[in-house]
Amino acid sequence: MVAFEPRANASLQLRDVRKVYQADHGSLEALAGITLDVAARSFTSVVGPSGCGKSTLLQIIAGLVPATSGRVLLDDTVVTAPPPGAIYVFQQYTKSIYPWKTVLANVEFGIAHRRFDGRYLPRAEVQRRCREMLELVRLGDFAHYYPYQLSGGMQQRVALARALVCHPQVLLMDEPFSAVDALTRSELQDLVLQLWSDMRPTVVFVTHDIEEAIYLSEQVVVLTRAPARISQIVTVDLPQPRTQLETREQPMYLEYRRRILEDIRSEPHGLEKLAGATAG
Amino acid sequence: MSETASRQIVADAAVPTARPTPLLQRLGQSNLLGFGFLLLLLVLWEVSVRSGWIRSFGFPPFSAVVVAFWQFVVSGEVVQVLLPSLQRWVIGYAIAIVVGVAVGVLMGYFTFFYKLLEPVTELIRPIPSPAYVPVAIIFLGIDDPMKIFVIAFASFFPIMVNTFSGVRSIDAVQMNTARTFGIPRLTTMWHVVLPAASPYIFAGMRISLALSLILTIIAEMIAGNSGIGYYILLAQRSFRVGEMYAGIIILGLLGYALNRLFLVVEHWVLKWHFATTGGGTG
Repeated sequence: MVAFEPRANASLQLRDVRKVYQADHGSLEALAGITLDVAARSFTSVVGPSGCGKSTLLQIIAGLVPATSGRVLLDDTVVTAPPPGAIYVFQQYTKSIYPWKTVLANVEFGIAHRRFDGRYLPRAEVQRRCREMLELVRLGDFAHYYPYQLSGGMQQRVALARALVCHPQVLLMDEPFSAVDALTRSELQDLVLQLWSDMRPTVVFVTHDIEEAIYLSEQVVVLTRAPARISQIVTVDLPQPRTQLETREQPMYLEYRRRILEDIRSEPHGLEKLAGATAG
Repeated sequence: MSETASRQIVADAAVPTARPTPLLQRLGQSNLLGFGFLLLLLVLWEVSVRSGWIRSFGFPPFSAVVVAFWQFVVSGEVVQVLLPSLQRWVIGYAIAIVVGVAVGVLMGYFTFFYKLLEPVTELIRPIPSPAYVPVAIIFLGIDDPMKIFVIAFASFFPIMVNTFSGVRSIDAVQMNTARTFGIPRLTTMWHVVLPAASPYIFAGMRISLALSLILTIIAEMIAGNSGIGYYILLAQRSFRVGEMYAGIIILGLLGYALNRLFLVVEHWVLKWHFATTGGGTG
């Protein structure tokens, strides 16, 4: 079992976050003022129709993309650049995991250049922690393999290990399992839940899979189509620990699923809008 | 058509009998074809001189070239001649790599350097490199510094341009990954930017490999007193034609060997790249 250092509270506050993209043919308002509170150590999912700006929102929280207006506060500090307390896990793991480094070297990369109490960790300590983390994600035997020798699910596990070995206060995951097959996806979901319950970072998890969102989270934030607003926030009151078999058979699980699906479906689709325009 | 006849046709179609390929067709597709052609050309060479059909002092029988070549190698003269060339070449090539990669990274990373250097480099680059050998002689004399400068200067451009290309085409996800982990700039450059650009850098290095060898020979021919280029020129001027051709053959073998060596190194350094892309014989 990995020993964890005590961490300060890592709550997130979003205050009227807007994002407008300027293009040649005009401007596109992706986010229309998102105000949200995320409690420290909680697991929050963000769902919504495709292209509604979920990833943009996450990247703004991560400090990778600036908001057009509004603020993000991590631990009461305004986010203007990637904050050390937050780590973003990308959807495209083949690009995020560096192909020229071994699995172990990849996992070491983040923590080797991270300061703990103002100092870098000694090399041996970095190695030890990374090997432990690789065992936790069940890649202990693959430390000296190269990413191209691993399957997609394994590569995403490397990305997860690399992020978690740094003990982030906030973990931001952008559709991490959408490029992975269904069986692997359920394995990875349970892995994330297990690591989260051990380490308890604040997690914001973006996904297009509503069932995945309900299964994993304590609350699900539903966004509207662009310009995106929060449509509703569903508090998921399902028993812990979650299991693939029992949790997904709970009547409340189905109730949450219906609520969210109806909400998203009530948005007029592109085709319906077109039909409405020609008919009206 | 009778039933037996139609059954026969079906049977024939089902089991195609192997007809022996005509000899010519097999020859036309074998590896022997190339070597056979080369052999034929050499035989023609020998015969055309011996029979008196071609009379030119610049065209000795191939056997004379072989003798000169053999003496060149066996006497150890080949080492004495090649060593100075190799020394100049390796220093010039190495300088071109270091400076080319550095400038390429600077121009790719910092808009300031790009704007600063782009007009100047784009004006100088198209000039054929042998053209500034006279300029180099004026400023640097006729010894090794001049030659090394000329080699490095010409080889610098393909490496710089390709490095720049490589740095510009790094995927945003790779850079943003380094950003989210708060990796310092220099570390990112060493651990992310350079490796990601290395396929491009090696492409530039491969172009410069040929270029650097050419410039080595040219510099030695114009203002040399040692090396394989000088040797070839000297042989021509002293009417030792057999040795002249022997020198050229050695040059060809040297170029081939260096290219093979380069490919070995490239495949070792970039094995992660060849594994994920479809290219190469990997």
